[in-house]
Amino acid sequence: MGGPVIAAIGESYSRGRSVVAERPLTVVVGIAGLLLLFDLGSGMATGRYSVSRIGRFVWDGLMYGLIIGLAGIGLSLTYGILQFANFAHGDYITSGAFMGWGVTYVIAGLSSANVGHLLLVAPQGNISGGLLEIGVTSTPLAVLVGLVVAGLATILLVLLLDRIVYRPMRDAGGIPLLIASIGVAFALRYVVVLVYSTRTRGTTLRPPGTAINLVDGPLLIDAHDVTLLVATVALMIGVHLLLQRTKLGKAMRAMSDNRDLALVTGIPTERVIRWTWIIGGGLSGMAGYLMVLWTGTIDYQFGWLLLLLIFAAVILGGIGSVYGSIFGGLVIGIAMRLSLVWLPTGDFDLVAAFGIMILALLVKPQGLFAGRTTA
Amino acid sequence: MSETVPREDEATAESERAGDDADAVLRIEDLHKNFGGITAVDGATFGVERGSMTGLIGPNGAGKSTVFNLVTGIHDPDSGSVWFQDEEITGLRPYEVANRGLVRTFQIARELANLTVMENLMLPAKAQSGEALWRSVLPGFRRQVVEEERELRERVWETLEFFEIQHLADEKASNLSGGQRKLLELSRALMLDPTMLLLDEPFAGVNPTLEKKLLEHVQQLNDEGRTFLIVEHDMDLIMNNCEHIIVMHQGQVLTEGTPADIKANEEVIEAYLGSPWPISNDTCRSISPPWSSWNDWENCSESCWP
Amino acid sequence: MSARTDLRESARDLLAADAAKIAAVMLGIYVTYLLVGLILGYSANGMINTLQRLTFLVAIYAMVVLALNLHWGYTGLFNIGVAGFMAVGLYTMAMLAKPVEPTGGAQYPGLGLPVPIAILGGVLAAALVGFVVALPALRLRADYFAIVTIAFAEIVRLLYTASPFQEFTIFGYTMGTGGGRGILFNFQDPVVTIYRLPIFEGPVTFVNQYVEFGPADAQGVIYVGLLVVVLAGYYLLLKRTGESPFGRVLKAIREDEEATNALGKNTNAFKIKSFMLGCALMGLVGILWQFRRAGITPDAFRPHVTFYIWIALIIGGAGSNTGSILGAGIFTAGLFEGPQYLRRIIQSQISVGQPPGTFADAVGPMFALNFQPITSYLFNNMLTLQFVFMGVVLVWLMQNRPDGLLGYRTETAAAVPLGKRSDEVSETVHRADEPSETVSGTDGTSETASREDEVSDQ
Ligand SMILES: Nc1ncnc2c1ncn2[C@@H]1O[C@H](COP(=O)(O)OP(=O)(O)OP(=O)(O)O)[C@@H](O)[C@H]1O
Ligand SMILES: [Mg+2]
Repeated sequence: MGGPVIAAIGESYSRGRSVVAERPLTVVVGIAGLLLLFDLGSGMATGRYSVSRIGRFVWDGLMYGLIIGLAGIGLSLTYGILQFANFAHGDYITSGAFMGWGVTYVIAGLSSANVGHLLLVAPQGNISGGLLEIGVTSTPLAVLVGLVVAGLATILLVLLLDRIVYRPMRDAGGIPLLIASIGVAFALRYVVVLVYSTRTRGTTLRPPGTAINLVDGPLLIDAHDVTLLVATVALMIGVHLLLQRTKLGKAMRAMSDNRDLALVTGIPTERVIRWTWIIGGGLSGMAGYLMVLWTGTIDYQFGWLLLLLIFAAVILGGIGSVYGSIFGGLVIGIAMRLSLVWLPTGDFDLVAAFGIMILALLVKPQGLFAGRTTA
Repeated sequence: MSETVPREDEATAESERAGDDADAVLRIEDLHKNFGGITAVDGATFGVERGSMTGLIGPNGAGKSTVFNLVTGIHDPDSGSVWFQDEEITGLRPYEVANRGLVRTFQIARELANLTVMENLMLPAKAQSGEALWRSVLPGFRRQVVEEERELRERVWETLEFFEIQHLADEKASNLSGGQRKLLELSRALMLDPTMLLLDEPFAGVNPTLEKKLLEHVQQLNDEGRTFLIVEHDMDLIMNNCEHIIVMHQGQVLTEGTPADIKANEEVIEAYLGSPWPISNDTCRSISPPWSSWNDWENCSESCWP
Repeated sequence: MSARTDLRESARDLLAADAAKIAAVMLGIYVTYLLVGLILGYSANGMINTLQRLTFLVAIYAMVVLALNLHWGYTGLFNIGVAGFMAVGLYTMAMLAKPVEPTGGAQYPGLGLPVPIAILGGVLAAALVGFVVALPALRLRADYFAIVTIAFAEIVRLLYTASPFQEFTIFGYTMGTGGGRGILFNFQDPVVTIYRLPIFEGPVTFVNQYVEFGPADAQGVIYVGLLVVVLAGYYLLLKRTGESPFGRVLKAIREDEEATNALGKNTNAFKIKSFMLGCALMGLVGILWQFRRAGITPDAFRPHVTFYIWIALIIGGAGSNTGSILGAGIFTAGLFEGPQYLRRIIQSQISVGQPPGTFADAVGPMFALNFQPITSYLFNNMLTLQFVFMGVVLVWLMQNRPDGLLGYRTETAAAVPLGKRSDEVSETVHRADEPSETVSGTDGTSETASREDEVSDQ
């Protein structure tokens, strides 16, 4: 391995950082994106691609994107205000979903099994969400209460973890906090295993869908799709209003922009941090609950597996930006599903999503909504 | 000198004044730099005479540090050019600039906190064959590296002795005081054996005794033929030690000349007055002629200590 | 100075302090485990197997932690995709070494290269992939770099899992990753070849007189011996890397990259080299860790692996090579293997009863002050509890011992000792005789005098 060669590469690389690496990469990525879009458009127009299949991809991608975006808001807020990448966020999602779904099971199935078993989302095989006929149309109250509990319980969990883990480390800097959060993620995930077991279970009975005709075939949309759509959009609007209209929102934006300055100007930083966790935790718990409602399955590591996609969304959108994470979530979700148009098998959708994130980091590390923190 | 510069057509009258008659070792021409909405440097042009000790002054935010950053490649200028020893160095990476013999210190000392003073000083030395990984690792070559390291250690000791900080050799840099860090930065820069040094407020936060010593060292190095460009807010210090002074204001060169010229220049006073920067009463007195002509000493002390 | 004295010198420093520390810790670990073996009533063979497994794990973890220490401890490159580079090394090696004509049920073909060449290929592939990751990621902040590396590691794992690569043909050569079903290592095991060397015949027969020791056991012991040698090589390599101008630049980059660049160092080139070297070493560990098994699935390279390595690094204290080995030892013996042995010991002493099926059944009786079900439930889920514990330990370390369990360690970033002006008596005398040229004033003379004192002391 020639030292001089590497040195030369490093040199030419760094020298050209403004010319070769930044712009042309952006250009290449842009062109590639446009080509794919063009191919998609022309393919649909000529019938090369099935419109209803692509419609299905876009719709599924939208659903995924909404979940990722909703969960991403919390991650983005804590990233912006506490200045660290919280790797435990994915496990907040899992924990919240389990706690919420336990309550849903209890309400929907109190007559058919004991409370303990139901509260643990039926860890042993004799009952399931399908058997209990859980669904937003069949057991609306159970789902609504479960959703609220998922949010509230996650808030409590997150505040507890902040008190034990992060608060003593407030001034430790982003990297030690990040490493500690990996420890939290790991511990929390296996506490979930200890309590709820590793079994993957079916949680719902899918309600019948309505067919929407798309040129060459139907696109089935059911009540859970609609619930997810309505709930996530409502929550996003709620957060938007909270951040725009309240003093808290202003304080959060100030802190996200410049923490030291915020300290000096007398913003009660600890209170702002607490509210950040409350908003972030509540949203992540509810996002987890909604994801399980939509996919119909739950297991102990779905949140962790979702985490990298959430990071992708948050980074793509720009850390600290709420709109950014929603936008990033939609891009990642839809791109991930649409990639199936070109990729030979379903093995590569995550690869495509992570690839997009890495490209986003390289092309625009500050994110697409950079500078518009928490707005 | 400027004949060798192939861009006369663009050179303004100002730039000709700056570099024409002098043997300029460093020349900057019409540098511009914007940060978001802030224009930090807005067409600065000047030259620094070889072997001189030149001062660069101006109120806070005048763009002095940014000029240093543009010259040394920390930032790329939006437009304009930088010439060092008849070679254009615009847009070169910092290490390339440093290896050409143009080395800077930072306004806020950038000591390598977890390295010792010795290690800090050994780092920048040029032509260390042990910087090639394989030479440092392979048995046959390692011996030569060790030999070089011995020689380097000797050089570092000499530098430490020159600055009289041998007792700090084994100290972790993070344990040094503010003034000692400034010393460390200067001595570390010297390990590159530079032709020219850019010092950004080298005396800020340094106690008077140490300041005097540091100044002596700088003068000694200047006598050896090294060129200095020094940013400093202490007017007395600049007026007494620099033969040439460049004044920056709002990203441009306001004026330049000998200390006497600068003292007599009303624009300079105005520039400083218009800024919220508190200049000491000593400084007020040192630039007293225009003040007395305004006949307003009270005003001076007041605006000096807002 | 000849190469021999050079070697002797480094062997001497090795023993002086750090090696002694490592030996003490390892000795403590061995004694503890021997006691454990006694309590559990292991046979001599069982004891040897226990210690062999322990040594194997410590050596593997120590090597990979050393490599990670080069990235994070020295250069400040926040790599949390270690498992990915290990996977690249192992998979490349296996695909190169697998026979061209698979026989029996032995899955997919490979290139049929000799194992040593395949190992070299795996290491180079890991380095190359490191280059591909580092080049674009160089200018990113540490936390973004971390996210890129973990995303990369997941991409690697997903690609090795993907069915299209189960078997593919490129340039007329057919090979395969085996996809989710994994890859079989149906190539000649070089350890068997080594075992058949005549020098091992005598010792093996000798040992077999006292303990029942089959060829597989003997090969295992020989392999672990080899690993310890490789580990010593890693340590020496990285110690030299650290104690050199190269390592000095890396440490400086970790402290302040921009300042280092302004001091005339092409920091990007150094970062790339450091990253590639570390990745190559990780790739080799991936190979050494797994290739003696029958085969492997991509699941072996889940992010857990990286997590373990990081815990071990933080226990030992980032930035220290000796700490890396100590951290690996403490992690393996205490956190990784320890709980399992603890469980066995408890099980051998007392009966914990039939564990309840679910957490609810375990917690319910607690309200009636019956703690037996929860105890046996937790006991039965010791493995899960162990993961929780590891997470807690990591948090505790970050809060209380961010510089490592053993505290902050410094390792000189130079090829010569820096404390004194000279490390050789003759040189010192020589210097003291010379009139000092640069030093003026009383300070200089007192310096010289104190140096003379030093000489007479020696
Ligand atoms: N990296 C940067 N990003 C954004 N703005 C910057 C940056 N560096 C400098 N500026 C801005 O450019 C202007 C000039 O700053 P500069 O540091 O060059 O001033 P200066 O003359 O060195 O002042 P001082 O005497 O206070 O050191 C200031 O308004 C400053 O806020
Ligand atoms: Mg400045």
